[in-house]
Amino acid sequence: MKSTPILVAAAAVAALVAGAAQAATLDDVKSKGVLSCGVSTGLPGFSAPDANKNWNGIDVDVCRAIAAAVLGDAGKVKYTPLTAKERFTALQSGEIDVLARNTTWTHTRDTSLGLNFAGVHYYDGQGFLVTKSLGVKSAKELDGAAVCIQAGTTTELNLADYFRFNKMQYKAVVFDTSEQTLAGFEANRCDVLTSDQSQLYALRTKIKNAANTVVLPEVISKEPLGPVVRQGDDQWFNIVKWTLNAMINAEELGVSSKNVDAKKSDKNPAVARLVIGTGDMGKKLGLDNDWAYRILKQVGNYAEIFERNVGAGSPLKISRGLNALWNQGGILYAPPIR
Amino acid sequence: MADQPTSGGGSQPSKPPPWNDPAVRSIVFQVLALVVLGWFFWTILNNTLANMERRGISTGFAFLDRAAGFGILMSLIPYDESNSYGRTFVVGLLNTVLVAFLGIILATVLGFVLGVARLSNNWVIAKLATVYVEVVRNIPLLLQIFFWYIAVLQALPGIRQSITVGDAFYLNNRGFFFPKPIFGDGFGLVWIALIVAVAAIVCLRKWARQRLDRTGQLFPVIYVSIGLIIGLPLLAFLAMGAPLSFEFAELQRFRLAGGASVIPELMALLWALTMYTAAFIAEIVRAGILAVSHGQTEASRALGLKNSQTLQLVVIPQAMRVIIPPLTSQYLNLTKNSSLATAIGYPDLVAVFMGTTLNQTGQAVEIVAMTMAVYLTISLLISLVMNIYNRRMALVER
Repeated sequence: MKSTPILVAAAAVAALVAGAAQAATLDDVKSKGVLSCGVSTGLPGFSAPDANKNWNGIDVDVCRAIAAAVLGDAGKVKYTPLTAKERFTALQSGEIDVLARNTTWTHTRDTSLGLNFAGVHYYDGQGFLVTKSLGVKSAKELDGAAVCIQAGTTTELNLADYFRFNKMQYKAVVFDTSEQTLAGFEANRCDVLTSDQSQLYALRTKIKNAANTVVLPEVISKEPLGPVVRQGDDQWFNIVKWTLNAMINAEELGVSSKNVDAKKSDKNPAVARLVIGTGDMGKKLGLDNDWAYRILKQVGNYAEIFERNVGAGSPLKISRGLNALWNQGGILYAPPIR
Repeated sequence: MADQPTSGGGSQPSKPPPWNDPAVRSIVFQVLALVVLGWFFWTILNNTLANMERRGISTGFAFLDRAAGFGILMSLIPYDESNSYGRTFVVGLLNTVLVAFLGIILATVLGFVLGVARLSNNWVIAKLATVYVEVVRNIPLLLQIFFWYIAVLQALPGIRQSITVGDAFYLNNRGFFFPKPIFGDGFGLVWIALIVAVAAIVCLRKWARQRLDRTGQLFPVIYVSIGLIIGLPLLAFLAMGAPLSFEFAELQRFRLAGGASVIPELMALLWALTMYTAAFIAEIVRAGILAVSHGQTEASRALGLKNSQTLQLVVIPQAMRVIIPPLTSQYLNLTKNSSLATAIGYPDLVAVFMGTTLNQTGQAVEIVAMTMAVYLTISLLISLVMNIYNRRMALVER
């Protein structure tokens, strides 16, 4: 008889566990008043804290854009630094609402992790960084090299494929974070550091003797990087997807943070749909019709976030390349807002 | 005891009804508690699986058969990228066992030396040991691991400037390279001779003990044992015509190919774990020795035993009883601490299986459960062995 309260308590706990499974992310974020965004542990240009502990980077700007659209304030973001190993578990468990952490979109990740990739905000490819004194001109000459690499990345698999396919030997020295990987490379534990090319350029800015290093010409893989959300919440998936599309479309339509106010009275119907939400574009997402205006006003269009974080306006000086718009020689192409 | 109220019998007029019988009630409540506990865990498991299913996360252990496709820096068994995730589990497990096993041996040796040194009459030795213990055990282990890793890497030269002894042994920041022994035909006999020697030593000890009890004469077991364990295999080795050759490491463009090697990650991790755990073991040993009352030593001397005999026959056997239980805890700590390997890239179970494999497959629940099961099993095995040893060393009351 006395055990009844215990049984009731146990049932309550079990019910709680079951209940915690899924709530709409949008309502959740709104009630918290802050967006939890998973970022890297520090990768210049993508997500890294500056001297004042403010997070900067292209991934960070994606988070800020989502916060601007959903919460009306790009500053209402809580950044959770995650290693490559931790990132998917953090998203699956609901610790973060969106993952914007230079994460490659692959078949396995899309199909078996219970996650969805909401698009691509940076087209990357894996490359090799070596010291000049090694005298290597091509990745094909790396037979027998020790390679520093970050754990839990697609790069780990591409590297194995590349060396095996080219019948070369290698030793993978695997570290947890990109800082440790770089430290291993600088301490000469390995001959080569491999990662996405953008990361190599970013890490190079941290190396003391950067002039003595060179990025080899080979790009051995496709690495489309994009924001990731949990599977099964289509509304949230749509919001993240169209936040990204809004920024890309804005660049194509010539709308930027500087002229967005003036563009409110633009004659072009496509611009009107974007900036003032004609046709209830925002409502269809479960937001208000100023969603895209706030993104552009507070964060900017794709060209702006690219240039200030990784492009000409940054120490990385990466050219647009593949990441230029489709009508300017790149492959960046967003479905229309209509 | 529990039967008393019922078997007390005659004097008590009537048996209480079952719901008032303490024995029955106690059993009922224990069964109920177990059922509730079992149901609780079963529900959690069920819920987890149902939730993962609903969110489209793969479950099950089928991934263990899929090709892993990534490289591992160090493996005690043959491994390449085409092997399965299941094999990465074994590779990681063996690397963990290796570092734990070597660490336990080295930490024990160093710990005993330091523990005795702290009690030394020599002021300098005693103080040095004290300083060591106080410094090392008060710095977080992770920092020490980082420190030794960076120190090892920075102190060692590059591969072209290797420290080398006769082009056979190389030491550089890629590791320590040494000639790999290649066992030729007939080397098996050497192993057999070694086993025979060990068996002979066990018999010899038994015989010497009986002889001591019978005649009171000591037999020099140690010297004969050393002779046996070296002599027998050596004889077999020479008889088979020395069937042993070496494969030397050879300097190539980026690496030393061939030979055998120890990676710097292993050196740094082993060194840090050994130093750290030895500091704790030293204190345990000191406590154990101090726990043996001085009267025992005096009595032993009065009986005419030499200093070494006093230590060997009187002090250490009694000290061990105090030392073994906390020593077991230190062994368990060392084993579990070895999982910090992941910080410096030593491919142990946590780094390989719970790191890369988890991330490539995304099956966190299964992989973390397997990893926990491994640490639990290793720890329970160590406890088991140490408990058996403890029982043998325990005070035999006559």
